[in-house]
Amino acid sequence: MKKNFPASVRLTLSLIAAVGVFFLLFWLEGQRTEQGMLISILQKSVILSIAAVSMNLLTGFTGLFSLGQAGFMAIGAYVTGLIAMPVSSVDNVFYVSGMADGLRSFKESLSVLPTPLLITLALLAGGLIAAIFAALVGIPVLRLKSDYLAIATLGFSEIVRAIIAAPQLDRITNGSYGLKAIPGFDSGGGRGSLLIPFGVAVACITFIVLLIRSSYGRAFKAIREDEIAAEAMGIGLFKHKQLAFIISSFFTAISGGLLAMFMRSIDARAFQVTLTYDILLIVVIGGIGSITGSIVGAFLVTFAKEWWLRFFDQPLVINGFKVPLLRTGFRMVVFSIFLMLIVLFYRKGLMGNREFSWYRLLSWPARIGRRKKSLPSGDEEALK
Amino acid sequence: MTRKEMTNGRPDTAKVLVTENLTMQFGGVVAVDKLNVVVHEGEIVALIGPNGAGKTTAFNVITGVYTPTNGRVRLFDRIIAENRPRGKMKALYKGDDAGQYKDDVVLTPDKITKLGVARTFQNIRLFKSLSVFENVLIAHHTNLKAGVLRATFGLNRKEEKDMHEKSMELLSIVGLDHLADEVSGSLPYGMQRRLEIARALATEPKLLLLDEPAAGMNPQETLDLMAFIRDIKDRFGLTIFMIEHHMNLVMGISDRIYVIDFGRQIAEGTPVEIQANPDVIRAYLGVDE
Amino acid sequence: MTFTTFIQHVLTGISLGGAYALIAIGYTMVYGILLLINFAHADIFMMAGYFMIFAMSSMPWFIAIPVVIVVTVALGLAVESVAYKPLRMSPRMSIMISAIGMSYLLQNLAIYLFSALPRAYPVITPLKQSFQIGGVSASLVTILTPVLTIVLVLLLMFLINNTKIGMAMRAVSKDYDTSKLMGIKINRVISFTFIIGSALAAIGSILYFTDRMSVTPFSGILPGLKCFVAAVLGGIGSIPGAVIGGFFIGISETFLVALGYSTFSDAFTFLLLIVILIFRPTGLLGEAITEKV
Repeated sequence: MKKNFPASVRLTLSLIAAVGVFFLLFWLEGQRTEQGMLISILQKSVILSIAAVSMNLLTGFTGLFSLGQAGFMAIGAYVTGLIAMPVSSVDNVFYVSGMADGLRSFKESLSVLPTPLLITLALLAGGLIAAIFAALVGIPVLRLKSDYLAIATLGFSEIVRAIIAAPQLDRITNGSYGLKAIPGFDSGGGRGSLLIPFGVAVACITFIVLLIRSSYGRAFKAIREDEIAAEAMGIGLFKHKQLAFIISSFFTAISGGLLAMFMRSIDARAFQVTLTYDILLIVVIGGIGSITGSIVGAFLVTFAKEWWLRFFDQPLVINGFKVPLLRTGFRMVVFSIFLMLIVLFYRKGLMGNREFSWYRLLSWPARIGRRKKSLPSGDEEALK
Repeated sequence: MTRKEMTNGRPDTAKVLVTENLTMQFGGVVAVDKLNVVVHEGEIVALIGPNGAGKTTAFNVITGVYTPTNGRVRLFDRIIAENRPRGKMKALYKGDDAGQYKDDVVLTPDKITKLGVARTFQNIRLFKSLSVFENVLIAHHTNLKAGVLRATFGLNRKEEKDMHEKSMELLSIVGLDHLADEVSGSLPYGMQRRLEIARALATEPKLLLLDEPAAGMNPQETLDLMAFIRDIKDRFGLTIFMIEHHMNLVMGISDRIYVIDFGRQIAEGTPVEIQANPDVIRAYLGVDE
Repeated sequence: MTFTTFIQHVLTGISLGGAYALIAIGYTMVYGILLLINFAHADIFMMAGYFMIFAMSSMPWFIAIPVVIVVTVALGLAVESVAYKPLRMSPRMSIMISAIGMSYLLQNLAIYLFSALPRAYPVITPLKQSFQIGGVSASLVTILTPVLTIVLVLLLMFLINNTKIGMAMRAVSKDYDTSKLMGIKINRVISFTFIIGSALAAIGSILYFTDRMSVTPFSGILPGLKCFVAAVLGGIGSIPGAVIGGFFIGISETFLVALGYSTFSDAFTFLLLIVILIFRPTGLLGEAITEKV
């Protein structure tokens, strides 16, 4: 049915591409001063791609419209930040009310670990704690129908934010002052500013892809298609929804942890509902139900927002003529209009629910040619 | 098939499904009223009745979609549903046997399927945007042994391979193997019905519930379906309980028939007995539906 | 807490609750008819705040208020026809994403047009007059809000129960498809619903911001979410329910703040939401719907 190359060809092509990307990233890392902007946008894109793919696992594959991404990212970011932050910076960061003694001694006992191990541990801990929260929140929330689920998870995300910023938790989360001095990607020994986030993303997304292709992934799709039929086929609704929710939250939190390392200093305001909406935007533009779409969407949206459309926010004067409309905030207006256009007129997004295939990519020029040629005959058929 | 000792039309094999005073009431409306059905191993039993008589509701209670208001459902020796009127329902309940069922047993549909009951739906519920093959494959998930991590990392390759082979085999039994990669929602109606049955069989049931399998079929298709139901029954050693309107199908295939009207059971017997029953004739002809 | 401060908080709570109730009606009515959480409703409410700032800069308050209501209604109708009308037949998730997209657009538009910094809300002098009853002091707006809310709700209930369009609205919310077959002009009913919802949001916004004194592009988000919770609490689709829910949330929030748990007052609302959805998903006055299998 589906045309494709033989497995060996696909594997070879993929390997070549992977090696190519690896060396490209390796080379880029060496150009830190010249390519600083490009590197930071690539970092952000790849971090958001993890969150977007995790959201797609829920929205596109299990049919659960959850809007709790910002909350789980906040959990991941704070746990990662707290564990990874060097003990020597604690007093500087928690200068107002100090860090809780238990937490401090825990951090001191961890400080014997080498930095790369500590950071790995920090990211995993963020994921695990988010997964535990997801399991607990999931019990009541996953029984709800579509839009109620959306609003309840949105509510959860706001609760997380309120609790993080609460003065009562000053000695743990540093309240509204936020966390600072979080080690970045290159703190392990210079290199890694691109290879680390890309490596983590590849691991996370590979896991999700394998999950979707497994029998469990098929069960998720069954739930998306028809809950009642899925249940009648012996698929436990709650168990499988819970599974998807926990796994998705785990990876969302990993993405949050990476975001903390990317930003170096975080506070609760970074995890507002808008962050969730940004991720939703990526998923919608990429195509709900396409992992490839979410990844491409993450890069496209981030590049457009942080680079290509920057000029929208700067007043521009050409020959003394001030170009109208261009000033701070215009970029996001253009962006939201673009989102609405996609929602209204191009609901499938970039990829619909298709995935990347070498065959499709390489036969693309040929297909475009064919489409042009076949147009007249299509017209004829319409006339009949 | 040969029927052994007949007692009131019922064979002497083990009881697969028993409903005791099964009642389902929505607010003040009694959809199913004290249904007492026994289905023995190896039988084909039909549940018939005019539109709105409560047949599908009865199926929904048996498969766990609804919790009964009162009564009990047994599958083999196990109680799969038992309930009594409680809370607001106590005042609304119209029966007089409210105190009889003391235990609470509420099994979700997936648990009941795992115990060996599979069903089809009156208005076909396929996983429409998935392929024909995937529809059947998904149903095999019920009996999957590998946990999520093993399955994700592909450590259950043999199990996965078996599932694929069994699914293909099922598709060839129902004659859809050549359409395995088609999107299931695009199949013609009759084939969708067959696919739904194949999907139900993939859960490896002992009892198969068919909700109007011949709906929308012409006489020839109905005849084919009749042969098909007999065939799968023998091949998989099934017991079949079905709802049907096509009287040719019902009379030609059923060992026994239950008739309900307005939720109430009005007759039970062999096709010959049912055709002669005055209550049944009245229910079908006397009141204009 | 002395008795006077208690009364003081009760008054503040009722006043806040009244504003919430007016906004919650917009959610509950749209949900009742379209089964859609109108995420953009909160931003329409926020926009009404900005409209008032501009209206008051050039006209007296008694002209500004009707102008703001009209402009807000126009915005509500525009949102409906751009974001929801083309998607009538689409899957639930698409409509919900469209609603979120609209909310996102309105917020970004507000940032672009009015900047993200807070803008001072104009003082409507007569509303700010303060009274002194016993030890309790209150401004007119505090007393006016609940009264106005109740009057408006009674008016609305009368409209829904006794006029033709009201009957059409009830029919559509009971059974969308059948009422369409019966020849009810669905689009007109939906437009009417958005007109009422937006008008009440505009009034609610005036009452709400007069007490808060500044508007930002994000001012809508939290009150919006809370009012949706109020609608769910009262039973989605039920107007009296939304009013009860609004008052309940307004009063509990005021007391939580008064007791020093202001950061948790938002968290409380959502906790309440989750609790209701588990134990009584139909809310206080809602009707149960069973899905046909």
